[in-house]
Amino acid sequence: MRRRTFNKLLGATVATAALGRVGLARAADPFKAGFIYVGPVADFGWSHQHDLGRQAAQDALGDKIKTTFVESVKEGPDAERVIHELAAAGNGIIFTTSFGFMNPTIKVAKQFPKVYFEHATGYKQADNVSTYNIRFYEGRYIQGVIAGKLSKSGVVGYIGSVPIPEVVMGMNSFMRGMRTVNPNGKMKIVWINGWYDPGKESDAAKALIDQGADMIAQHTDSAAPLQVAEQRGVQGFGQASDMIKFAPKAQLTSSIDHWGDYYTQRVQAAMDGSWKSQDVWGGLAAGMLKMAPYTNMPDDVAKAAQDAEDGIKSGKIVIFSGPINDQDGKPKVVEGQALSDSQVLGMDWLAEGIEGTLPK
Amino acid sequence: MSGDFGWFVPVVLSVISASTPLLLAATGELVTEKSGVLNLGIEGMMLVGAVVGFAVTLSTGSAGLGILAAALAGAGMALAFAILTQILLANQVATGLALAILGTGLSALIGKGYVGVALQPLPKLTLPLLSGLPVIGPILFHQDVLVYGSFAFVAGVSWFLYHSHAGLVLRAIGDSHHAAHAIGYSVVAIRFAAILFGGAMSGLAGAYMSLAYTPMWAENMTAGRGWIALALVVFATWRPARLLLGAYLFGGITILQLHVQGLGLAIPSQFLSMLPYLATILVLVLISRDAARIRLNAPACLGKHFHASG
Repeated sequence: MRRRTFNKLLGATVATAALGRVGLARAADPFKAGFIYVGPVADFGWSHQHDLGRQAAQDALGDKIKTTFVESVKEGPDAERVIHELAAAGNGIIFTTSFGFMNPTIKVAKQFPKVYFEHATGYKQADNVSTYNIRFYEGRYIQGVIAGKLSKSGVVGYIGSVPIPEVVMGMNSFMRGMRTVNPNGKMKIVWINGWYDPGKESDAAKALIDQGADMIAQHTDSAAPLQVAEQRGVQGFGQASDMIKFAPKAQLTSSIDHWGDYYTQRVQAAMDGSWKSQDVWGGLAAGMLKMAPYTNMPDDVAKAAQDAEDGIKSGKIVIFSGPINDQDGKPKVVEGQALSDSQVLGMDWLAEGIEGTLPK
Repeated sequence: MSGDFGWFVPVVLSVISASTPLLLAATGELVTEKSGVLNLGIEGMMLVGAVVGFAVTLSTGSAGLGILAAALAGAGMALAFAILTQILLANQVATGLALAILGTGLSALIGKGYVGVALQPLPKLTLPLLSGLPVIGPILFHQDVLVYGSFAFVAGVSWFLYHSHAGLVLRAIGDSHHAAHAIGYSVVAIRFAAILFGGAMSGLAGAYMSLAYTPMWAENMTAGRGWIALALVVFATWRPARLLLGAYLFGGITILQLHVQGLGLAIPSQFLSMLPYLATILVLVLISRDAARIRLNAPACLGKHFHASG
């Protein structure tokens, strides 16, 4: 997934030149792991969560490893240079954490066959390149259950970033969850055609509330929509990190990206030689996705949310199992069948109950 | 949300908050450009204003101090621009672009400790009786100080430029700096003042973003509004009243397209997102048909160096 590639990255060259050498002067005793982020670690979203994961791995493995990170790296040629530098500096494993780092990662991996590479959200593997991602849509299902229980108008407002399968599967998953408790639940969508614009995100939230939505969900990066929900007296869900500080009364829960355990395992595997190339798409069961505490809701709703969480973890709930109709009422998945991962990853239709269009 | 005007008030309020930062920044830039200086660095000055306003409000607990600090921070950025372009005679376009980039980086640096911190929104000023009026009350008499300020500045600048002696001098310098210099006006000093005013206004626009619009600090949170403010000045053909029209047209269409999407009309959202810009281009084309009218208002010395020879 492409994340913020605009102004933020203007300082990238300077920052990488300076930060790329952090930790290189130290003795080579501990095993070295390198991380590169597309945004600043202070973005309070995507890159921030990856850096928390790095810190968790560092804490778990202690003196045995030495981690280095380079932030605000532009997707493209600059990324290749930074990955190359990290590999040349003796890092045994390198995590490249944005979709646009895919091709540079594959290219550098060919030049350093003894270094292990881990690329987040991509689809190209190699003998020394693994890919990994989180099933973010599982958290959306739980949000849908909560919204179905709590929404008085039965209308949810969903702020979309860009119309790609990653975002579409989240909307459909939310709707699936909502319809289990409210068969007439509806969703209105506003696309902002970007990942990050606090002003526009807050305008979108206002527009959705003005049109009758009393629950706000978002697939954009800032806490602005939740702030609007708080001011307008409606409720909503956080994104990527716990945003309760921005909306102490409005946040019901938040889907939190949790990379720490995965990073710890993979660095450990690289150290003891058991590392193998793989493609991991982990969710709640794998501990890669966690839900922020279920707050600001009655106990029975919190229990329903917890039940949904447990059901997804145990495999009792299969989110994209039939029957599922698309928004025109045409059957998409028949009863007794479920979508495969590759079908989910190519999702280009909206489920029944969603108003609004999918830009083609 | 039902009733005859139920939807009307919240929509208008959204339009006002989307338009205010554009109006504030563009009003400042208009004065700068009227003096013959083109400062492209609005985006950077807004960002620095936003982060400084946020930081000061958070640490002192006073939004008033925060707003003041934001204006000073914007003016501080503009001071660097003024020294470079008016004294060292650096290229205005290049310096302005550098200022925009510098502001983006500098604001990120200052703001490192403020990411993920929440703040109470700027309080709304209420008037007894008037604020309680239906429809008009919440729209006209229940706004924060920066919204009122944005209107006051448009009126003030309009009066200043066309009804005061100092404004006449400023416009004279923008139109012919050599002639103004020859009759004894200090071109550089007056341009300094105009540049600083523009910076302070950009700082206020930034403060509106981080204190009222979305009360938080997040890197690059202005998301290109500085560039739109810049375009609005041309759109308005350097007339303050038209600036008001342009900013509200732009803010209005921005909000309208979000509502159209929410209603589920089958228009591609990419097209809707494009609408405000399309409208701007369209108006620019219409205005440009009459070249004489533009020349009448455009500062003839815009972007040109002034060097007092002799």
